[in-house]
Formats: sequence, structure tokens, C-alpha cells
Amino acid sequence: MVIYERLRDALAAQRPVVLATIIEGIPIGAKLLIEPGAAPLGSLGDANLDRVVARDALGELAAGITSTRHYGQRGEARERDVTVFIESFAPPPRMIIFGAVDFTAALARVAKLLGYHVTVCDARPVFATTARFPMADVVVNDWPDRFLASVADPLSPRDAVCVLTHDTKFDVPAIMSSLSTDVGYLGAMGSRTTHEKRLQRLREAGASLDQLARVRSPIGLDLGGRTPEETAVSICAEIIGLRTGRAGAPLTTGDGPIHNQDG
Amino acid sequence: MKDVIIDIERWRVSGRRIAVARVVATEGSSPRGAGAAMVVNDVGEVAGSVSGGCVEGAVVAAATEVLDGTRAPGVITFGYSDDDAFAVGLTCGGTIHLFVEELAW
Repeated sequence: MVIYERLRDALAAQRPVVLATIIEGIPIGAKLLIEPGAAPLGSLGDANLDRVVARDALGELAAGITSTRHYGQRGEARERDVTVFIESFAPPPRMIIFGAVDFTAALARVAKLLGYHVTVCDARPVFATTARFPMADVVVNDWPDRFLASVADPLSPRDAVCVLTHDTKFDVPAIMSSLSTDVGYLGAMGSRTTHEKRLQRLREAGASLDQLARVRSPIGLDLGGRTPEETAVSICAEIIGLRTGRAGAPLTTGDGPIHNQDG
Repeated sequence: MKDVIIDIERWRVSGRRIAVARVVATEGSSPRGAGAAMVVNDVGEVAGSVSGGCVEGAVVAAATEVLDGTRAPGVITFGYSDDDAFAVGLTCGGTIHLFVEELAW
């Protein structure tokens, strides 16, 4: 049970890990566990197949993909002796919420429901406390730009930033520093008037038109909700729709497939 | 498998043998994607899910056969496009492929 136990420990520690299993071909059920920076554990029955699968597994892990692939018995491409299920366990995506306001707690709760690792960041220590945000994984007292510069792993397309401060002295550095990452979702709260003023400030701070197009503001889908909880659902619904490329219309009025093929 | 580790650990402590069924691929509309997992132990306890509830019963039967030694580990497929005698239709209209094996690794 050494492979299972190492998988269990990696999952518990939220370390990225990949489990490769031969699901068709010989030896059926054979396993290889791959962790970045460590020697693979187990074998698929051939050293060369192990090497090729480990390489492919690290690529899939980086992209957060789980899939099946075919290989020759010795890892040859374009052959189909064995089918290997390559299951990636990427660490949870991150949501950074700037601003410890009324809406923050509700958004942090909904984001946790969706599996995000949630950080609440606000420069004002009176507001950003773990007592107010017990559901957040991390509560940080810092300026947005300084905090983002200190994040070890740069934000990726799987991650989300929500700027709820609607105070330009925090908003502008939070958005400008997020724009320099590959973050997949960048939303900023505020009315349409606030949004117009903020766009002006961002342009003055040097944001290009392409960069401004990445900012989702006013934040969220148009559901007409008002409470912090309804707003949190609207924001998270927009995040999901942006990831899947869907507009967020009722399925009743559509006619295409409900799920994308890539999940 | 992340969601069922807690159940696996509990069963391991009490000395249960465990079968794992993982979704390895899907086609068409299906509620759970690749990686969704269900575990079944040798006294018939079940944790996790692999669909919207359409095929769980059949998966438990297959997993129990794997633990009994009456079924070899392998891929089983559910869905309308399947002509296997074991086929169970999915309400969602999709097809799912699962790999079922004993957790002995």
C-alpha cells in the first residue's frame, strides 16, 4: 500500500501529485505515482514506459488535466498496447479577495464551497481578522500590491482575484498588480459610475486597453440579487462561466450540450 | 479519490478490503468528470459517487465481484451506446467509462 499511502499524504498536504494506472493492456492495474521534484514511485512494467508517462503526467499536472493516453508496451507514441489513466491532483485553485467588507465573508464562504483556497487581504488590521473571516484559509494585513508580490507561486489561469474594496487607493494597486499575473478571473466591485472613474484611474496608472478588458466590472452576473450572499453567488457564477466560456443564460432557453467535452 | 480518502482510512483501520471505481473517461452529457471515485468494501459499505445516481448500484455490484474474485479488474462502460449485457442507461444520455480494481497498491 506504499503508493496509496504516498498519494494520501500528498493529498493531505495539498502537494501536487499524479497517479498513472494501466487500465487496458498488461500489466493491468500497474501504477506509477509522480510528484514534481521527486523520483516516481511504482512502475508500469517497463522503464521506458515509466519515463514517457512521467513526462506526460507532469505536463498534464501543470495544465490541471486528467485524461487517458495510449502507448506502446515500451512507451512508444502512436501505438496502443496499453491505455494509461493519468489522474492529476492539482492543488486547489486560489481566490484572493481584496477588501475586508460585508461582502467578503459571503464570497469567501461560496468560494470555499467551490473548492478554492481563499485569502482575504486588507491593509486595515481592524477589519482583516480571522475572527471576522473564520472561513478564509488565510487572512493577511498588507497592501494588495505588496501582498501579490510576496506570493511565491504566481497566480495562474485557474485562480481568481476579487477586488471588493471600491476605494481607489486600494483598488488601483490591487488591479494593476493582478494584471501583471496570468490570473484567470479579475473582478472589481462597484457601480457603473465607480467603474468609469476606476477605469480612468487605471488608465492614468498605465493600464493598456487590452489589460482593462480583463477586468470584470461591475462584478458578477446580472441576477438582480442584492444581499452579500446573492452577490457572492453572482460573482462565483461569473467565474465559472468565464472558465467554461458560457454566457450564463438559463438552460431552458438554450439547445446545445449542457457540458463541455473537456469538463 | 480525494473525497473518499477519509472513508478508505476508516475502513483500513478496521481491516476491510476495498474496491475502487474511478471515472476514467466520459462522452456526451455526464454529471461527473474523469477522476470521480466510488469505494466499496467487503461488507458492502459505499462512499463517493461516479454519476448523478444512475449507475451507482451497478458499480457496487461490479466492485463487489472484483473483491469476490469473480470479476477481473478492468474498464466497465455505462451508457446508451453500450451493447454490453451489463449496460445500464444513464438518464443524462451520456456514456461513462470506469476502471474498477481492488485497492491493493
